[in-house]
Amino acid sequence: MRYAMAVDTRKCVGCSDCVVACQTENNVPIGFCRDWVVEVTDGTYPQLEVEIRSERCNHCENSPCVRCCPTGASHYAEGGVVLVTPHKCIGCGACIASCPYDARYPHPDGYVDKCTFCLHNRVEKGLDPACVSVCPTKCMYFGDLDDPNSPVSKVLKTRKYKTLIPEAGTNPQLYFLI
Amino acid sequence: MATSRRQFIKISAVGAGSLALAGTAFDLAKGSSLLDKISSSGKKEPVRTPTYCEICFWQCAGWVYKDEDGNIQKIVGNDDDQHCNGRFCPRGTGGVGQYNDEDRLKTPLIRTREGDKESFREASWDEALDYIAGKMRSIAQKHGPECVALFTHGSGGAHFGQMMKAFGSASIAAPSFAQCRGPREVGFLTTFGDIIYSPERIDIRDTRCMVLIGSHLGENMHNGQVQEMSDAIDKGATIITVDPRFSTAAGKSKYWLPIKPATDLALLLSWIHVIIENEWYDKDYVERYTVGFEQLKEHVKPFTPEWAYGITTIDPNVIRETAREMHNASPSVIVNPGRHVTWYGDDTQRLRAVAILTALLGSWGRRGGYYKPEKLHLPSYPVPPFPEPKRSPVQAYEGKYTLANEVVANGLCDATIPTVDRSCNYKAWIVNGTNLLAAFPNQANTLKAIEALELLVVIDTMPVEITGYADVVLPECTYLERYDMLRNSNHRQPNLALRMPAAEPKYNTKPASWMAKELAGKLGLSAWFPWKNIEEMLDWQLKEMGSSLEEMKRIGVKNFPREADDLYFAPGEDVVFNTTSGKIELYSSDMESAGFEPLPVYTAHEEPPEGYYRLNYGRAPMHTFSRTANNPNLTDLMDENVLWVNPKVAKLWGLESGQYVKLKNQDDKVSTFAIKVRVTERIRWDSVYMVHGFGHNNKKLSRAHGRGINDTEMITRVHIDPVMGGTGMRGNFVTFITDFVMEGKEAEA
Repeated sequence: MRYAMAVDTRKCVGCSDCVVACQTENNVPIGFCRDWVVEVTDGTYPQLEVEIRSERCNHCENSPCVRCCPTGASHYAEGGVVLVTPHKCIGCGACIASCPYDARYPHPDGYVDKCTFCLHNRVEKGLDPACVSVCPTKCMYFGDLDDPNSPVSKVLKTRKYKTLIPEAGTNPQLYFLI
Repeated sequence: MATSRRQFIKISAVGAGSLALAGTAFDLAKGSSLLDKISSSGKKEPVRTPTYCEICFWQCAGWVYKDEDGNIQKIVGNDDDQHCNGRFCPRGTGGVGQYNDEDRLKTPLIRTREGDKESFREASWDEALDYIAGKMRSIAQKHGPECVALFTHGSGGAHFGQMMKAFGSASIAAPSFAQCRGPREVGFLTTFGDIIYSPERIDIRDTRCMVLIGSHLGENMHNGQVQEMSDAIDKGATIITVDPRFSTAAGKSKYWLPIKPATDLALLLSWIHVIIENEWYDKDYVERYTVGFEQLKEHVKPFTPEWAYGITTIDPNVIRETAREMHNASPSVIVNPGRHVTWYGDDTQRLRAVAILTALLGSWGRRGGYYKPEKLHLPSYPVPPFPEPKRSPVQAYEGKYTLANEVVANGLCDATIPTVDRSCNYKAWIVNGTNLLAAFPNQANTLKAIEALELLVVIDTMPVEITGYADVVLPECTYLERYDMLRNSNHRQPNLALRMPAAEPKYNTKPASWMAKELAGKLGLSAWFPWKNIEEMLDWQLKEMGSSLEEMKRIGVKNFPREADDLYFAPGEDVVFNTTSGKIELYSSDMESAGFEPLPVYTAHEEPPEGYYRLNYGRAPMHTFSRTANNPNLTDLMDENVLWVNPKVAKLWGLESGQYVKLKNQDDKVSTFAIKVRVTERIRWDSVYMVHGFGHNNKKLSRAHGRGINDTEMITRVHIDPVMGGTGMRGNFVTFITDFVMEGKEAEA
C-alpha cells in the first residue's frame, strides 16, 4: 500500500478551503496550518500564466525528517504516510530544518505537527482526507498507488504531472497535475 | 435633531455576559438529542445538526458537528444539497469563527446623552424593545407608519419584514439589488421576461463555452458555480475571460481578453456584430422566439471588431475568434451575467447586450446555457391581511428608476434626506445584517440621511460601523445558534433546507425571529405572529409540504420532484415569454416605452486623470463583503486587503511590494488607513485593484480594525443607472500617498 495525493493545478482556484477544513477537522490552532496555497505568476502583462497549488507534507518515500528524528517520533505509518508521535517528540526542530518543503510547524503544545493525510481520523474509516473531501473544485485525488483503480492512480495515468523539488531525492508522494 | 446625536460610538467590550438572560425565549436544539445516539461500541456518535450557511447568500446547506465537550468543531456540506453538493467553501467551513468571535455584540445597547457626551448603555431586551416600539408608535402618529424603512441583507429580513408589513410599511430594501445584481435582472427581464435568480440559473456543468465579463469566479466563491466551472474545465469547456486583471479565472481560460476598463459594452456590441455578420446565430431560435432582429442587425452594423479595437484595445482577430468559439459551442454557451454588476451607470444596457447575445446563441432554455429553475410553492403560516400602506416605497423616487423590479435601497436612503421636492421622508431605519456604510457608496450621503433620522435600529452579530450610529443596537445570535425561515430556493429541483441551532445563543443575544415577534407584540401586532415560536411555524409549513420539523432535523435538506419536465425547451417547442410581445425582445419595448434606448448603445466613460488610476475592487474567496473581516478563522487566511499595482506604475512611483500607501481619490478624499502594495503583472497599468470589505475603523473589531483600505470610502462618485437606480461604483480614480504617518495595527506592530 502506498498512499499518495494528486492536486490538479488546472482546477485549483486557491480558495484555501483545504486549509480551514484541515484546521477544523484536526484541531490545528489558529495561526498554524498543515496545508497552504502557493501561487506562482509567470510572464509579463498580458502574456501571463498563474499556477496555483494546494501544498502540504509530501509524505516522501525517502524522508529526511524521519531519518534525522533523534527519538523516532517521526516515522512511516501505514501506506508510507509520514507521522509524528507527539509524546515521543522532544520539539528539537531537526525535522523542521530538514524538510525541503517547509511542511512542519512547532505546535504550541510542544511537539512538531504536520499533515497526516488524515490517516487515523478519516482514511482508516474509508473517508478521504478533509482537504480532499471539502474542495469545491474537486482538484484533489487521494488513494493507494498500489491499487490501479484508486482515484489517484487513475488520474496519474491520464494526466501530465510533476513533483516539487525532485532533485532533493526525497521521492515525494504529492503530485501536481499540470 | 442636534448634530451631536449622531456621534459615532465605538461599542465597548463591556457587558460580556454581565446581564442575566432575560427568560429563555429559546428552546435549545432539541433535535440534536435524536442524533445523540450511543453506538454499538458504546462510544458516543458525534452530534450533528442541520443548518444552511449565512456567511454569504449562496446559503449552502450543511451539518454542524460538535465534539465530545459540546463545542462546535466543524461545519461540512450536506451531500443532498444542490447549492453545495456536500462541499462547503472556505467561508462556510470557517463559519465557526463567527460563533467563536469574542468581539461579537453581546447585549442590547441604547444611546444615551449626558451633556455633549454620547455613549451606549447596556439594556435588557425588554427595555430595548420598549424603546423601539415607543419611537415607532410616535413616528407612526406624527408621520405615518410608512415612514419606517427596513434595510436588510440575510435571513433576518423575513422576520422583520413580517413585522414591517403588519406595522404598515412596504419600504423594505436590500442592497443586493441596486448595489449588486439589479442591472442583470432588469436586463434579462426586459429581454426574456424573466430574471436570473440566485443561485443563478446557468447550466455551467454542461456548458461547452463560458464567457466571464469582469466576473471573477474562483475569487468570487459562489460555491455551486465554482464547482460547476471546475466540472466544465474537466470536460474541456472553453473559458473566455474579459477582465483588465489577470484573475484566477483568467488563469483557467483559453482566452483572456485584457480589456481597457469601462469598455465592455463596446466588446459585446462587436461580438453581436460578428455573430450576425457571419450568420453564426441560431437562425431557427431567433426566428421562432425573438422580435427585433432586423432592427438589431441594422443597429450593430457599425460595430466592427476594428471599431471595438480602438475602444477596448482587444485585437480584432481575437474578437472574431472568440465569437466563433461561442458559435461553435452554441447553444451550450453561457455569457455569464455576473452578480455584482453595478459599475458605470449604464449597466442595464450592458446586461441587455449580454441577454441579446444569449438569445442569438440560442442558449436560453438550452442544456449548457440557461435552465428553467423551479422552487416549491411553500405556503405561509396564515395571518390576517396586511394593512395597505398609504405610500409605496416607489414614491420615494417618484418617476425615477421606472424599470426597477425590486425596491431601490439607495432610493430610500436618498429620500431620508429632507428636501423641498420630496413628500416621503423616512424617519426611522431598521437595519438588519447590512453594514450600510460599506454597502452604499458615497458615505457622506449615507451619513446625511442617518443624521435626519429620529430612530436608527441596527441588528447585527458584530460591531460593524453602522452600529456606531444607532440609537438601539440589537445583538443577534449567529446562524449557528438559531432557527430561521426554511430555505426555499430556485434550482434544478425544488428543495427545502432547515437551519436549526447547534448551540445555545452565546452572551445575551437572540434570533431575529424572536426579536421581530416580541417587537410586534409591543406594537400590538401579535395577530401577524400567531405562532407560539418559530418551530411551530416551521413545522406547520413543513407539514403542508408532506414533511415535518422532525424529519428535517434528521435530513437537513429535502429535494422535491419538478412539477414538469421543463428544465430546457423541448425541440421546436412553442414558448410564450413574459414580455410585452410574448417573444424574446432583442429590441426592448419596455425600455423604449420607459424612455430608454431600446437597443444598447455604447457611451464612453470618463478616464482617469494623469497620475490617477481607476479603482477596481472585487472579492476574495475567504471573505464576504465586510462581514467576515473579523472572523478568527478567516482572518487567519487573509487579514488585510492589498493593492494590486502594475510594475510599470510601481516603477513610476517608486513603489515596492510590501510597502504601505494611502490613497487619494479624484475628489481629494484620502483613505483613513494605509494598504500594502502588491506589485504584480496581473493588472493593467491604468487601474489598481483591491478586495472589498477591509479597512474597518471600529477598534472593537480587534482583528479587522485598521487593516487595509475600505474601498467604499474611496467611492465618492456614483454613477446612477437611470433605468433601475443601480449605483455605478467603478468610476472613481485614485492616486498614491507615500508620505504619511502610519496608524492602526501596522503602527502598533
